[in-house]
Amino acid sequence: MSHREARPPESNGAETVLILGATSMIARATAAAFADAGYDLILAGRDLTEVERVAADISIRHGVRAGADRFDALDTDDHERFVEAVTGETGDALAGVVVAFGVLGDAERAATDFDQAHEIIAANYVGAVSVLTHLVPYFERKKSGFIVGISSVSGDRGRGSIYTYGSAKGGFSLYLQGLRNRLHKSGVHVLTVKPGFIDTRMTYGAVKPGMAAEPAAVARAIIRAVRKKSSVIYVPRIWRLIMFVIRNIPEPIFKRLEL
Amino acid sequence: MTGSIEKRLSGWGRYPSGTTEVCRPERLSDLRECLSEGASLVARGLGRSYGDAAFNSAGYTILTERLNRFVAFDAESGVLDCEAGVTVDEILSVLVPRGFFLPVVPGTKYVTMGGALACDVHGKNHHKDGSLSRHVTDFRLLTPSGELVLCSREKHADLFWATVGGLGLTGIVTDLRIKLIPLESSYVSVDYDRAENIDKAIELFHESDENYKYSVAWLDGIVGGRSLGRSVLMRGNPAAAGPATDLSRHSSSSFSLPDVFPGFLLNRLSVSAFNTVYYRKHPRKARDVLTHYESFFFPLDRLSNWNRLYGKKGFLQYQFAVPYEGGREALIEVLELFTKSRYGMFLAVLKRFGPGEASSALSFPMPGYTLAADLPCRDAGVFDFLNEVDRVVSAAGGRIYLGKDARLAAGAVREMYKGLDAWLELKARVDPDRRLTSDLARRLELVP
Repeated sequence: MSHREARPPESNGAETVLILGATSMIARATAAAFADAGYDLILAGRDLTEVERVAADISIRHGVRAGADRFDALDTDDHERFVEAVTGETGDALAGVVVAFGVLGDAERAATDFDQAHEIIAANYVGAVSVLTHLVPYFERKKSGFIVGISSVSGDRGRGSIYTYGSAKGGFSLYLQGLRNRLHKSGVHVLTVKPGFIDTRMTYGAVKPGMAAEPAAVARAIIRAVRKKSSVIYVPRIWRLIMFVIRNIPEPIFKRLEL
Repeated sequence: MTGSIEKRLSGWGRYPSGTTEVCRPERLSDLRECLSEGASLVARGLGRSYGDAAFNSAGYTILTERLNRFVAFDAESGVLDCEAGVTVDEILSVLVPRGFFLPVVPGTKYVTMGGALACDVHGKNHHKDGSLSRHVTDFRLLTPSGELVLCSREKHADLFWATVGGLGLTGIVTDLRIKLIPLESSYVSVDYDRAENIDKAIELFHESDENYKYSVAWLDGIVGGRSLGRSVLMRGNPAAAGPATDLSRHSSSSFSLPDVFPGFLLNRLSVSAFNTVYYRKHPRKARDVLTHYESFFFPLDRLSNWNRLYGKKGFLQYQFAVPYEGGREALIEVLELFTKSRYGMFLAVLKRFGPGEASSALSFPMPGYTLAADLPCRDAGVFDFLNEVDRVVSAAGGRIYLGKDARLAAGAVREMYKGLDAWLELKARVDPDRRLTSDLARRLELVP
């Protein structure tokens, strides 16, 4: 646990947080939590109609400014323009970014269909690396700010049931880890979030209802972690232990398991 | 692609229940996907309708809880545009501190706006302001064909009126616009009047109901004889801003009851004792009692699972309306049936209705009186007994509130809702494949 002096989470009212992939329930909850802390928001995602709904909702409920932009993780050619537009709009006031987009895809199909596998990798990993590559210099120049990447516990170890998604998230986790190392001296905080089962459309029907945590729990954990400048968080916390165990099962045994 | 979960669901009364595939869309595109699956379905808000209106054991039940975005709010006009899954609780939490209130609220804040529209809910101000639909400018309806239709009194008026009170059987409302009312303070200035029997209660309603925006009476449904229908009238007006008031929102804390209560806990004896104490504890007359809107409008919300008090077998809520003409006699006849029966009338509420929505075939309120009461669902005899009460209500030209119903016979509903044939015609036109259905719809033969 860090005892360093943390930047207060409450914004001075002029700062903005950018949320990429804003229509997921985790993103909605996270946007609401930042709005509660007084930040203005720029919400971006592929389905602009949905993004606009989420933005209007946050803005009415929390009385902050919430803009809506189109952002497609797969359209990497557009990311530079997108980042320029956002930072042009916020000037120095962009406090941080939350990379919340992701695609679970069809694991079964991805095992035999490269197009499906490619989309999973492109959306979860390539798209994230692309947009962050364009954003990092902004924060480096500013020598402050935070980058929150929502990865997944499935990136902690390759499992037969979900390895394409897992490898993309695992790659994203490693990318964030390296980025954290590199940006440490610039004073830019990089947070890796590894959700376990969260009660969203991704898990609905696949996981017993009582097993999944509320999206708001992830949002609270993110706000806390940004405040404390934590490096890696698991939500719910029990997943740190679960993944510790899973990571440490020797491969000769692990490969026989159905996971 | 979103998944579904097989679940046993019931209404708030916990009777009846049915097993259904539950979906929970998070985006409009998810909702469209649910509809394109081809199976039968009905939307469900917070499940506060008492009976079987909001689940479909023949197919899917669509939870709207995550389609709960505020879309727009214009503080100039007070018009709120919100998705159907937004709750009264959320609207009041957000907008009371900014000086706005809903024009109509039911007896609990834990209802969605979609559900409220599907039941065309009324509140304590029906005699002044009508039911919810009167304040709804328009809404967008996703019809079984996948079309998103903007319905208002001008555009697709037939669909507008068929959907108001239409129990979710014409389509799924995605969002609606409603005109809120300005609020000076969070308080209601309440007058209490005890009425020693039903005649006195009716007399008081007639004498002075027009002086109050909000009016309701608690009624003792067990005592008979000269005290038949003794009541406590609680009527009030919005309190002005002043040193004793503010624009505080309701508290979100509530007390959750465990599911351990035996079905016999609430019986004629215990409720009769409660009623006597409740009646006596109110002064004969009290004036200008400053009451926060939460305790005035939502007294039961503090107990988050109060339906558990009736035990696992659940309970029925019986609410009927009878016209002014002959209404007094019908009320007395019903009250006498109850007092003489083994079935106590618990938590009974009496209210005077103003004009109803004549254009809506299934909207419940009609000019006259309405009485609502809970009955524990202990044995099959209660169904025969209520059929007998139905006959009195029907003979008086009255009707049963379908949004609360769990047991009415298909024949009876046709006597009570004269516009049903036209509604069924429209239903057949908008939903030729009978995709939208619920356990209630099949029981009442609204969907063959």
